[in-house]
Amino acid sequence: MISTFTTSESLAAARAANRRAAVAGRTVIFRIKRCDGPGKPSRWEDFKVPVPVGANVISCLQYIAANPVTADGKPTTPVVWDSGCLEEVCGACTMLVGGRVRQSCSALIDDYAPAEGDVITLEPMSKFPVIRDLWVDRERLFHNLKRVKAWVPIDGTYHLGAGPTESPDQQGTRYKLSECMSCGCCLEACPQFNLEEKPDMWDTSFIGPHAISQARLFNMHGTGKVLADERLDALMGMGGVSECGNAQNCVKVCPKHIPLTESIAAMGRATTIHGFKRFFRG
Amino acid sequence: MAQHRVIVVGGGLAGLSASVRIAEAGLPVDLFSMVPVKRSHSVCAQGGINACNEVARQQGYSEYMHFDETVYGGDFLADQPPIYEMCHWAPRIIDLLDRMGVPFNRTLEGMRDLRLFGGSLFKRTHFAGASTGQQLLYALDEQTRRYESEGKVTKYEFWEFLWPIIEDGRAVGIVAQDMRTMQIRAFRADAVVMATGGNGLIFGKSTNSVICTGGAASRCYQAGVDYGNGEFIQVHPTSIPGADKLRLMSESARGEGGRVWVPRKKGETRAAKDIPEAERWYFLEEKYPKYGNLVPRDIATREIFQVCMDGYGVAGQNQVYLDLTHKDEAYLNNKLGAILEIYEKFVGDDPRKVPMRIFPGVHYTMGGLYTTFTPKDDGKGLVLGNPVQMMTNVRGLYAFGEVNFAYHGGNRLGANALLSCIFDGLFCGLSVANYVQDCEPGKAPAAAMAPAPFDAAVASEKAKHDRFLSTVGQGSGDKSFNAYQIGRELGEEMTAACTVVKSAQRLEQCISKLAELRGRFAKVRLSDGAIWTNQSLSYTRAVGDMLILAEVIAKGSLLRKESRGSHFRSDFPERDDANFMKTTRATYNPGSGDHTIAFQDINSSLVKPRQRSYGKVENKPAEKKEPVGV
Repeated sequence: MISTFTTSESLAAARAANRRAAVAGRTVIFRIKRCDGPGKPSRWEDFKVPVPVGANVISCLQYIAANPVTADGKPTTPVVWDSGCLEEVCGACTMLVGGRVRQSCSALIDDYAPAEGDVITLEPMSKFPVIRDLWVDRERLFHNLKRVKAWVPIDGTYHLGAGPTESPDQQGTRYKLSECMSCGCCLEACPQFNLEEKPDMWDTSFIGPHAISQARLFNMHGTGKVLADERLDALMGMGGVSECGNAQNCVKVCPKHIPLTESIAAMGRATTIHGFKRFFRG
Repeated sequence: MAQHRVIVVGGGLAGLSASVRIAEAGLPVDLFSMVPVKRSHSVCAQGGINACNEVARQQGYSEYMHFDETVYGGDFLADQPPIYEMCHWAPRIIDLLDRMGVPFNRTLEGMRDLRLFGGSLFKRTHFAGASTGQQLLYALDEQTRRYESEGKVTKYEFWEFLWPIIEDGRAVGIVAQDMRTMQIRAFRADAVVMATGGNGLIFGKSTNSVICTGGAASRCYQAGVDYGNGEFIQVHPTSIPGADKLRLMSESARGEGGRVWVPRKKGETRAAKDIPEAERWYFLEEKYPKYGNLVPRDIATREIFQVCMDGYGVAGQNQVYLDLTHKDEAYLNNKLGAILEIYEKFVGDDPRKVPMRIFPGVHYTMGGLYTTFTPKDDGKGLVLGNPVQMMTNVRGLYAFGEVNFAYHGGNRLGANALLSCIFDGLFCGLSVANYVQDCEPGKAPAAAMAPAPFDAAVASEKAKHDRFLSTVGQGSGDKSFNAYQIGRELGEEMTAACTVVKSAQRLEQCISKLAELRGRFAKVRLSDGAIWTNQSLSYTRAVGDMLILAEVIAKGSLLRKESRGSHFRSDFPERDDANFMKTTRATYNPGSGDHTIAFQDINSSLVKPRQRSYGKVENKPAEKKEPVGV
């Protein structure tokens, strides 16, 4: 059994062992948590899916969409889910696979259900409102990027020459942070980030590791840092960086291995210094 | 002025750059997308974006050469003035993206680094690791979010475009549906920019995202926008076959030194690392000593396809090796990390240690909505701000990015797609603003029009919608009327008949199959009657639209009796400039549901067509060769 927040090394080992043991031509059971819409009750439905070589959760959901019949032979509605690139770069298809949050496109069936009749559970993320079945509304995640002004304030699209030069090292650090695809894995795993359906509460609720890391990204940029003080003000307010409980789950579930805890620590230090400066400036 | 608005449909690179440019010109923008714009298909672009820069220039490269390569790469099919303008604007676009904070790879001195890409002998491709499209999209997404927070752009995410509203030959709005609540309503606008990308899903499995059905383009086509060069579909030479899609393996893998090979011996059973150098056939390097592994995509694809058809495929299957194992690991991680991780995740092998196994896959739509332009007097480029730049044959309806047919002709060069998308948004975005202020909308804004055409368009879409819903639970459950089954058969047929090698006989068979599928689609049955977040309905509707576009592709393929770029006819293997150096222009006949296809002259005023061989030499069984230096 793969526990929820084990290290990526032990996870990889468990999955590799499953992959080696995978039986060709098997059928597995998808146990899917379903919900018809906001305010509607949830229920579990099982589906039997034949597994071809190289199958992933998405190809099995596509099979269910074309064959919406439960394991005990009852016709049902096709399962609804969110997906896009299927290459783990758009972030859309994030859900709980076997109890752990990840992109379902890169979840290979061999890693989870190597034997005939093995069960894979699929659930929607719990920190965002469910739209239907496995599809959730992650608007709050994008909203929080506005709180930290996650952009470079350029003077328009006119031809004004190149941007600031930077060292390969700094580029490497920024590129890593900029690979964040707003998938929400870190928020699902974070004990400080909770479901909040009321948009007027978003600005005072915990902003989340992804947005803190984006504040660091833009504060590092030669032009982006012109808004550094405003970003730090946002991170010092209600729902800011001080509400991080240091559980460090975020960095364990990040599919792009973004150093989120480093970003949180860096922004924590920066807000402290910023606070002193503000105090002495009056 | 205050009551004017512009609608942009699609939030990829073209749609976002258009939104930013039009908002900057002072017009409020309503931006529609089926996904949060940050998840648009542009994220999948990997390799880079082309532009001449100072280093390339001092090595002998120029904007003109970039232009010439693009025309030659596209096999002389595209109108030339738009390409000329795009290539000369390219360096400014890189500068702008740089100012927006795109983490372009850097040299030791802190300058933007360059890599080699297909169809050029010069390094002129700017890149951010191996996820350049993602990084460019994020930069434009951030600028759009900034405008959104200032109230200049309004996003409608998870809204699906259903139909353009055209009144007196002029676009005045759209009908769209909220994919969650299923609400259908009209939105008024003084200009509509379509930026909805390609149609890879018509071919079933492709490198495209699941939203790239071509549905939006098809709906515009059915509403009266002509379609250009439909038969030109790019099959990328290197993709990773998968159960649900074909994952892209970027051309940058070859740009950074990757070599394509197969064992010289048919039926070879040894592992790749046990096959000595002399027993490997680097067929691209042998056949194209000058360009080697970096011949344009249509050529590399045909060569890989042929080698496999001749029985040289690895393990007797349709696959060849793409080998990076001779390169330093740290170098690979720095330049190509993101794509090597994708391969490792989905295939399970480490491409730093074991050669990748790849095969061609449908990738890019060169054809698209027919657009117009006004060249400068000498033909060298376009008139900045002229209202018709990339306007379709419907007034006020524009097509930007992959959804139009401009720039790439018969074959797109690697790392030119990101460029054309952003160029359209920035350069032609000004045309949209000028059209709204100076042309028809200036006198008669859409906001002031009578409601009749908007109400009629909504009623028509609701009727289609309700007809689909009424089929739930009808019939015997016969699979042949299931939209997913029809979609699968469509993909298999189109991949077999309309991709790497085409022939009259196979195309005629394909056209009859499409007629059969259209017949079955008329009786399609839905399995979900929900009036909340009904994805099956959205997919089913798209399948109907894909079938119509598939006919444009197949019929254009049949009528174009020559071979050019990605379009290869085994029964007409030569290029025929006298008859076919022309745009294929399709017009839909709503009454009969059929297509009128004509061939229209192009503007080739700048470069004369020449033979397109990329220095191919006859293939002899050669001895071991060193990789070709460039």
